[in-house]
Amino acid sequence: MDRVIFTKEMKKTHTILLPTMLPIHFNLMANILRQHGYKAELLTNDGRSVVDEGLRNVHNDTCYPALLVIGQLIDALESGKYDLDHVALMITQTGGGCRASNYIHLLRKALKKSGYGHIPVISLSVGGLEKNPGFRLTPSLVLQLMYAIYLGDLLTLISNQCIPYEVHKGDSQKLIDRWSGQLMKEFKGKNFIRYKRMKQLYQAILDDFAKIPLRDEKKVRVGIVGEIYVKYSPLGNNNLEAFLLSEGAEVVVPGLLDFCLYCVYNGMVDKELYGGSFWKEKISRFAYNFLVKKEKDVIDLIKKQGVFNPQTWFPDVVNMSEGTINHGVKMGEGWLLTSEIVELIHEGVNNVVCTQPFGCLPNHIAGKGMIRAIKEQNPGANIVAVDYDPGASAVNQQNRIKLMLANAKAELEKEEAAKQGKTA
Amino acid sequence: MRLSVGIDIGSTTVKVVAMDGEKILFKHYERHFSQVRQKTAEVLRKAQAVLDGHTFTVALSGSAGFGLSKAAGIEFIQEVFATGKAVQLFDPQIDVVIELGGEDAKILFLTGGVEERMNGTCAGGTGAFIDQMATLLNVTPEDLDVLASHAEKLYPIASRCGVFAKSDIQPLLNQGARKEDLAASIFQAVVDQTITGLAQGRAIKGKVAFLGGPLYFFKELQKQFAKTLNLSKENAIFPELGQFSVAMGTALYAVESGNEETIESLLQKIENAPVDTSNSNYLEPLFSGDDDYEAFVRRHQKATVPVVPIEEYEGDAYLGIDCGSTTTKVVLISEDDDILYEYYSSNQGNPVSIIQEQLLKIRALCGDKITIRSSVVTGYGEELIQNAFRVDAGIVETMAHFKAARHFNPQVDFILDIGGQDIKCFKVKNDSIDSIMLNEACSSGCGSFIETFAKSMGYDIADFSQRGLFSQYPVDLGSRCTVFMNSSVKQAQKDGAGVEDISAGLSISVVKNAIYKVIRAHNPDELGKNIVVQGGTFLNDAVLRSFEREIGRDVIRPNIAGLMGAYGAALYGKGLHLKESTLLSMEELNAFTHTAKSVNCGLCTNHCSLTVNVFSDGKKYISGNKCERPLGYKNKEKLPNIYEYKLNRLKELSKQSKEGPHGKIGIPLGLNMIENLPFWHTFLTELGFEVVVSPVSTLDIYAKGRYTIPSDTVCYPAKLIHGHIEWLLEQGIDTIFYPCLTYNFDEKKGDNHFNCPVVAYYPELLRSNIGKLKEINFLYPYFGLHREKDFIKKAAVYFGERYPDITKAQVKQAAEKSYALYHQWYEDVKKEGLEMLRYAKEHGLQTVVLAGRPYHVDPEINHGIDKLLNSLGLVVISEDCVSDLVEPQKVNVLNQWTYHARLYNAAKYVATHEDIELVQLVSFGCGIDAITTDEVRSILESHGRLYTQLKIDEINNLGAVKIRLRSLLGAMEERRAAKGQK
Repeated sequence: MDRVIFTKEMKKTHTILLPTMLPIHFNLMANILRQHGYKAELLTNDGRSVVDEGLRNVHNDTCYPALLVIGQLIDALESGKYDLDHVALMITQTGGGCRASNYIHLLRKALKKSGYGHIPVISLSVGGLEKNPGFRLTPSLVLQLMYAIYLGDLLTLISNQCIPYEVHKGDSQKLIDRWSGQLMKEFKGKNFIRYKRMKQLYQAILDDFAKIPLRDEKKVRVGIVGEIYVKYSPLGNNNLEAFLLSEGAEVVVPGLLDFCLYCVYNGMVDKELYGGSFWKEKISRFAYNFLVKKEKDVIDLIKKQGVFNPQTWFPDVVNMSEGTINHGVKMGEGWLLTSEIVELIHEGVNNVVCTQPFGCLPNHIAGKGMIRAIKEQNPGANIVAVDYDPGASAVNQQNRIKLMLANAKAELEKEEAAKQGKTA
Repeated sequence: MRLSVGIDIGSTTVKVVAMDGEKILFKHYERHFSQVRQKTAEVLRKAQAVLDGHTFTVALSGSAGFGLSKAAGIEFIQEVFATGKAVQLFDPQIDVVIELGGEDAKILFLTGGVEERMNGTCAGGTGAFIDQMATLLNVTPEDLDVLASHAEKLYPIASRCGVFAKSDIQPLLNQGARKEDLAASIFQAVVDQTITGLAQGRAIKGKVAFLGGPLYFFKELQKQFAKTLNLSKENAIFPELGQFSVAMGTALYAVESGNEETIESLLQKIENAPVDTSNSNYLEPLFSGDDDYEAFVRRHQKATVPVVPIEEYEGDAYLGIDCGSTTTKVVLISEDDDILYEYYSSNQGNPVSIIQEQLLKIRALCGDKITIRSSVVTGYGEELIQNAFRVDAGIVETMAHFKAARHFNPQVDFILDIGGQDIKCFKVKNDSIDSIMLNEACSSGCGSFIETFAKSMGYDIADFSQRGLFSQYPVDLGSRCTVFMNSSVKQAQKDGAGVEDISAGLSISVVKNAIYKVIRAHNPDELGKNIVVQGGTFLNDAVLRSFEREIGRDVIRPNIAGLMGAYGAALYGKGLHLKESTLLSMEELNAFTHTAKSVNCGLCTNHCSLTVNVFSDGKKYISGNKCERPLGYKNKEKLPNIYEYKLNRLKELSKQSKEGPHGKIGIPLGLNMIENLPFWHTFLTELGFEVVVSPVSTLDIYAKGRYTIPSDTVCYPAKLIHGHIEWLLEQGIDTIFYPCLTYNFDEKKGDNHFNCPVVAYYPELLRSNIGKLKEINFLYPYFGLHREKDFIKKAAVYFGERYPDITKAQVKQAAEKSYALYHQWYEDVKKEGLEMLRYAKEHGLQTVVLAGRPYHVDPEINHGIDKLLNSLGLVVISEDCVSDLVEPQKVNVLNQWTYHARLYNAAKYVATHEDIELVQLVSFGCGIDAITTDEVRSILESHGRLYTQLKIDEINNLGAVKIRLRSLLGAMEERRAAKGQK
C-alpha cells in the first residue's frame, strides 16, 4: 500500500492528532511539537465509543492497545471536530518482533476501510523507520522531547509519593498542573534548552512538592508494571491507578525513560549475541551512556534533597533480571518487565500488578512466565497478573487485585506489629 | 455470647452464617438469580430468630458482594482471604485448599510458602460451567452426578473454558456417545482445568481440602479429584460445611474488623443502599414504544411460508431434516413448497429417538394418500441420521440454508444464520456461495448461550427475550466470548441492572459478536443489499431488532427462520427428482432400535475415540473417526499428503542417532524445533552427542507437562513443549538443548525474519517454570542461524566453554554440514510438493494448501485435519511447498516474520491457480495470526478466490471442521458448475 506522505506544506495546514498514553508526558510533548511549528493536538476522548471504534476497525484478536489507539484516533476523526482534509495522525513505532510494530499498518488499513485513506499518518520513531518531508526529528526537537520524558517521569514519581498522603486533597494535582504550564514556557521556541537550566528545574520541582503537607501514615505500596500502554494509560487499564488509590494504596510506576533505555540497550545486546554492524552498536552505546548519566543527575538531586524515594538507576535495573531471564529477550517489554518487578521488590514494593493485554505474546514469557522464578528468589513477592481487553469486566479484575491488596495489608500489619513490638 | 455474621455473595448464590465463636448458630445457602439485595435481605430475615435483640459484627465477601459493600458501607473481605481464615476451623494440618465457586476457581497453598491464586479471565469453567454442561445434556446437575457414577470411559474434553468444552461435547452427543461417559468426562475436565490453570507448576500434595458448592454437591467430582491427584482418604478432605467456608471466614474476620450492627440496622443498610448506575454503560432502548414495535412486527410478517393442513393434502411430499447441534428440525413440504408438517425442538441430547418419533408421526399422517418422494438430512447429525433411517441424501448445512434463503428472495446476496451453536454467514455472488464465514470455537455467543443464561436466571427463553424488548436501559456487555459475558453480566448486576436490561444487552452482544467477530464487517454495504437472516436465534425479536439497528438496514426474517435448514434440505430433495424415498417404512420404524458404544481406535497414533452405533437391522455407523480406516473400507488409493511425508521424515531422522563421546543430549520435538530438527540433529551429532528426540506429541505427552504451564492463554503448540521436556527428563537425560532464536532464517520474503515472541523465547519460560530443569544441564543459548559466520563463532565459544575438547574447526565443520542438510531437506520437501501437485493434475484432483506453521505437522496440533482432507478426496500440500514459486507478495502490513511471510506467498500462488485452494490453520491464541489471517484473506479475495480458516486448539473433535470443509467443497463445486454453464 502506498502511504500518504506528510508534506512540507501540510506542516502549516494540517492539525496533527496524537493518541494519549501518559497524560503528563504527552501533554509536554504535544506542547514541544507546537513550539516547533506543528499544529499538534493531544486526544483526550475516551469511553465506550473509543472501544467500539476499535472493535469495528481492528481485528478483534489484535492486542487491546492497538484497538484502543486506533479506536481513539478514528473516534476523533468521526467527532466532527476536525477538518478531515487538514488533519494528520501521529503514532509511535518501535519495531521488533512483537506485533506492536504493526500498529501503524493496522491504522492505515483501518483508515482506508473507513474512507479516510487520504489522511497522512506520521510514524514517530527514533530509528526513523519511515520518512516524511513535513516532519523531521531535528536534534533540538529530539533533545526537548527527551527532556520532557525526564521531567514527566520526575513529576509522576514524586506526585505518586504525595497523593495518597495529602492533608489537602488535590494539592499534588494542582502542582502538576502549575508545573505543566510553567514547563511549557521553558520550552519556548526551537532553542536548545541548557542542561544547567534543566537541573534548576528539577530542583525547583522537588522543592515545591516537598512543601505539600502530608499525613504521617503507613500505606500499602503497589507497583504497576506490564505492557507499556496498559501499564500507563487509564483508558487501557480501567483507571487502575485511581482504583488502587481508592483502596488506600500508594502507587509506584516505573518511568517511561526505562523503556527508552531498554530499546537502546537492546541495540548493544544484539551485536553481542548475533554479530552485526559495528557502528550501530557504537551509536547505541554512546546514546546509552549519555542518557543514563542524565538519569543519574536526577537521582542524585532526589537523594540530596532526601524527601522522596528515587527510582533505581537504569544500569542497576539492567542487572536485576540476572539469573531470571536473559537480556536476549527483546520483544515487547522483554527482560525489562522482569527487571522492573524485581526492581520494585528491591525498593521494598513487594506488591505488584502485572498488566497485559489479553493474549499478549511477549508477556507470556517475560510477565506470567517469570512470576514463579521471581517468587522463588523473593518469597515476599505478592504479584497479580491482570489481563485487559474490551470484554474483560472490571469486577473480575478488581476482585483479583483486591486479593493481592488483602495479602499486602495483612503483611503490612504484621510488619507494623513487629516494629511496635520492638519499640515497646 | 459474641455473635458474628458472615455474608458471602457469589456470582450465583448467597450464603449467610451466624457464628458464636467457632460455633455455627445459623447457616443458609440460596441461589440469588441476580437479585442480590432482595435475596440477601431475605436470607438475613431467616436468621432473625438467632439475631433478634443482639448486636453482632458483620462483614461481606464474594464477587457480587463487593458492590453492595461499597454501596451499603459494610466491611468487605476478599473471598480467598476469607477462605484462608475458615480453613483453620476444618483442620489446622491442611496443606492445600481447592475451592470451586460459581464462576471462580481458587487454590491456596498454605504450607511451604503461602500462595493464593484465582483463575484467569479466560478460564471461567467451574460451577457455572457444570450447570451449562448439564443443560447441554438436558439433565439436572444432580442427575449429572448420578450419570457420572456409571461411566465406563472418559473422552478428552478441552478443559480451558466452557465454550471449548461445549465444542467437544456437542458433536459427541450428536454422534451418540453415552451420557454417563460424558458426565464423567465433564468432571474430569474440571479437574484438569484446576490442575492446569491454577497449580501452575506447584505440586498439589499433602492434605488437601476441597471447598465450595460444586465440590460439596458432586460426589463424583470429589472422587475424580482424589483419584487424579493420587490422594489417600485421609489426605482428601471434603468438609461438611465446605460451601460455607467463605461465609465462615468472613464471620471470623468480622469479629476483628467488621461493622457492629443489629438485624434492623443491617437490613436497613442493605435495602436502602443507593443503587449506583454510573459504572455500566447503557445503550439505547430497542423500541421507542408500542407503535414502533407493532410496525416492526407487521413488516416481518410478510416473509411467510403458507401452511397447508396435512389432513387436506394429497399427492407428493418432500421431507427435510435438520439435526442441529442443540435442536432438531423436521419439515415436510408439498409440491408447491407449502409446509405440511413442521417440528422444532431441543434435541435433548438424543436426536435419534426424537427423529424416530417424528418419522413415525409423519408416516402415520401421510398414510396412503401422501407419497414421500425424497428425504434429505443436514446438520451436525447428518451422517448418523442418514445411516439410522436410510435417508436418501445428506446436504451440507450451508448449502441447505442457501437453498432456503433463495426461496424467500432470489436476489439474496447475504445470509446470516445464528443457530444454537453456530453462526454462519455467506455472501452470494453469481448465484453461488462466494465466501463463507463461521464462528470459531472461541466466539460462540450464540443462541444456546442466551438460553442457558435465561435458565440460570430462572426464566424460560421466550419470556426472557420478551422482557428485553422493552428494556429502557439495555446494558452494554461487550462482544467477547461467553465467559467474558458472564463476568460482564456480573458487573451489570452489581451496578443494579434488571433482568430486562440484561436480556436486551445479551441480544445486542450476540449481534455485535456476529458482526464484528465473525463477519468482521465494517459497514452495512459490505454485507449486501438483500439480507436474509435466519436460525432459531433470530426468532427472538430482540436479536432481530438489534441486528437491524446495528447495521442500519431492514432485513428479511422468514417466519420459519428456525426451520430454514430443514426447509432447504426438503427443497434440495425435491430437486433430486426421485421416485420414492428409501426412508424406513412404518414397520421398520416401529422395530427400530439404536445402541451406542464407545471404543478407542487402535489403527494409528491418533487413537480417535470412536462411537459405534448399532441399529436394529444390524447396520453399524461409526463416528468420531478422522480417517477412513476404522470404517473398514479397503483403501481406494492413498492420496498425497505432505504433512504425512514431513512427519515420517522427522520420525526417521529421530531414529538416526549414534552414541558419542559427549553422551546423550535431548531435544524436545515441538514449536520451531520441528522445522529446525534437521539442522540441530546434524549439528549436535557431528559435535559428538547422542541426540535423543522426544516422540511426536500425544495427549499423554501433553498431560505430562501441563501442570507447569504458567499462562493458560498461550497457544497449544507452546503448551505441548512442557510435556516433551518432561518426557526427556523421564528418560533420565541430563542435558537438554533448546536454543532461543530471536531471528529465523532469512528467506528474503519480507522486511525482516523474526520468530514470534513465543517461539523465540519459550525456553526461558520453561527454565523458570519446570523446576527440574535447574537440576540438569539445560542449554538454551541465544543463536542467530541467519548469520552463518557469526553463528559458528558464537557456537564455538558456547560449546567450547562447556565441552573443552570441542574445537572451533569442529564446530565449523558441523555447522557447514548442518546448513547443507537443512537446505537439502527443504529442497526435498518442495520437490515432493511439486510432485504431489503434478499427481493431482494428472488425476484431475483438487489440491489444498493447508497453510499454517511448520509445527502444524504435529498430529496432536492439527488433529488429523490433513487426513480428513485426504478422505474428502483432496491432495494436501503445505505453504512452504509453493512459497518460493512466486515473487514475494507485497502486503499491507509489516512483513517481518519468516513463517508468516511464507503464508502471503502461498496465498499469492494459490490465487493464480484455479485447481488449488488454501485452508489456513490458526492456533487459538496466536496473536500474529490476527494480522496474517486478514492479509491472506484479502490476497485471495482480491483474486476472487475463497478463503477458509480453521481455528484449532485442544479441541479434538472435528465435527465443526468437517462442516466447514464440506462447505468449501460445496462452494468449489458450485463455482465449477457455474463456470461450466458459461
